Amino acid sequence: MATKTRTVEVALGTAGVDADGRAVRTPMTVTENGAVSTLEAPPLGPAPELQGEHMLINIGPQHPATHGVLRLVLELDGETVVRCVPHIGYLHCGFEKIGEYRQYNQIIPWTDREDYLNSIGNNVAFSIGAERLFGVEVPPRCTVLRVIAMELSRIISHLVWLGTTCIDLGAFTPFLWSFQERENVYNLLESWVGARLTTSATRVGGMAADIPDGWTDQLRNFIRTFPKTVDECDRMLTRNGIWIGRTTGLGVMSSDEAINYGLSGPMLRASGVAYDVRKDFPYLDYETYDFEVPVGSHGDVYDRYLVRMEELRQSTRILAQAVDRLPDGPVNSSDHRVILPPKSRAMSDMESMIHHFKQVMEGPRPPVGEVYVPVESPKGEKGYYFVSDGTAKPVRWRIRPPSYVNLSAISKMVEGHLLSDVIAINASIDIVMGEIDR
Amino acid sequence: MTATFAPVLPGSARPDASAPSTPRNLPEKGGTANPSAEAIAAKFGQAYIRSEVVWGDTTVYVRPDSVLEIVRWLHDDPSQRYDYLSDVTAVEYRDPEQEMEVVWHLRSLPFRRFLRLKAPLAKGSPLVVDSVWPVYKGADWIERECYDMFGITFRGHPDLRRILMWESYREGFPLRKDFPLRGRFSRAEQLRQALSITTEGRYSMEELSVAEAFEDLPEEMRRRLAGGERTGE
Repeated sequence: MATKTRTVEVALGTAGVDADGRAVRTPMTVTENGAVSTLEAPPLGPAPELQGEHMLINIGPQHPATHGVLRLVLELDGETVVRCVPHIGYLHCGFEKIGEYRQYNQIIPWTDREDYLNSIGNNVAFSIGAERLFGVEVPPRCTVLRVIAMELSRIISHLVWLGTTCIDLGAFTPFLWSFQERENVYNLLESWVGARLTTSATRVGGMAADIPDGWTDQLRNFIRTFPKTVDECDRMLTRNGIWIGRTTGLGVMSSDEAINYGLSGPMLRASGVAYDVRKDFPYLDYETYDFEVPVGSHGDVYDRYLVRMEELRQSTRILAQAVDRLPDGPVNSSDHRVILPPKSRAMSDMESMIHHFKQVMEGPRPPVGEVYVPVESPKGEKGYYFVSDGTAKPVRWRIRPPSYVNLSAISKMVEGHLLSDVIAINASIDIVMGEIDR
Repeated sequence: MTATFAPVLPGSARPDASAPSTPRNLPEKGGTANPSAEAIAAKFGQAYIRSEVVWGDTTVYVRPDSVLEIVRWLHDDPSQRYDYLSDVTAVEYRDPEQEMEVVWHLRSLPFRRFLRLKAPLAKGSPLVVDSVWPVYKGADWIERECYDMFGITFRGHPDLRRILMWESYREGFPLRKDFPLRGRFSRAEQLRQALSITTEGRYSMEELSVAEAFEDLPEEMRRRLAGGERTGE
């Protein structure tokens, strides 16, 4: 398992000020005869009274730097954060409640809308969970297509994270580069499932559609060109003095703290914990792909950036392997408990028509039981927990939202940092409010 | 510069175990149980109810009043090391006679194990369990959500407030089965309540529990806050 060691050192000069913060250069003046002379350096005044009162400041819920409707109430001592109280719930729609009134396949469109940067990944995660509950296995082609879907959505999500974080920290160009690449991925998804953002690409036991002809060529083209963009962003940011100065040493979580706070995904790995659901609790045959889990060694915002950049490259590696091994064959399981009969038979054969009708109107019924299936979403460990009582609708459908748990550590991470660093730390969590509030 | 951490590798406590792989053809019931289930049964005989393996995951049913003790032992004991709390949630069944369950999803990174802990809460008894926040700091918001949605009180939680719903929400607990999908109140009543909330109150110092700063607020704001107007209740 590769461990990335940081070799960049911060050397930001503060020319013009000595160790006491006293100006080393003195103001100049012009005398009557036109000669320039310097003035005597003014004596330092008394130290200012810094034990002032605390200030209460509110960021959000409508603020571009909070990445959605997040509200942070901050208590400030000067510019230093003493306390941070986050408020969430502005986007709460009751997904879990609605899911209890829907058949399993009817819930899939809701999964698009929770973590909407990872919609196709959520579809896949939901289907894996539901299939385990039904006891259904999917054919190899479907498995590989799902790996492609998950890695594409990881790339989308990390690109949005990269772009918006750059905007938050004052860099505009990488935002344009990353959003352009994201557009390429969305074009791929659009030609596959017909939608860009709300994909609803999977079904319990298969996919909504097989990929169209020539799609793998487009994907190969993307795999070939995409690393160039990553390298460009890398060159723009990784050794950039401003970027380093604004991200190092911020929001540090040690490995023990990160585990104890339940962090997951790049947040956890930046703190040096090499926990990746794809490696440790594999699904979709991820153990057969050759990829590495990047981990950080400082647990700060800069490490989270490095980890996500490396994950973009690793995802591209997985995509290349997946497209090479993509087998022919059906994409849907042949299990008639969850899969509709072919339309031609449903229109010509009485039994198939009844089967079709019952499948659509009543829905497939899983046995009594429960499953919790975690997957590695771009934000971290996303788990769907289903409890079934044998009817066609789940008794309980629970989303384990990674960015919700990651965000809950923000109070600890921002305390003692400057107000402007709150924005950087908040950006480094990679939150999607749709997933947090659900 | 900040300190550097050595990488923590999952599975380090079982170096001889085979590499994990995608589970296939899991049986609906039965299969290899997590050894922690047996360990809990042996150590906490009184609190242990039963355990089962469903679709490959082990569920241990325990009595609600000893959950914290068991979780603390699972976290601290060198043979268990459940250092990661995935989730805390609750399940209420459609059958009104069936008891409600609080569910903890625990994960041991060093052993690469997963354990589901369940505590049934009998119908009619108060919905109270111990908070696992003293063991896992990550339980803070997860338990708050569970309280918000199900009305389960987590004893010992430092700040058990509503989190997704607003604080003056009075319709009950949305994920309970007796809560209608459309909510309890009519649209007109929901609108009336929403409009009557004082937005000023949402910025209260009391909410931050910095009561010492109260005196420094403007006179008019102090009067409003003292009048209990802060959440529109």
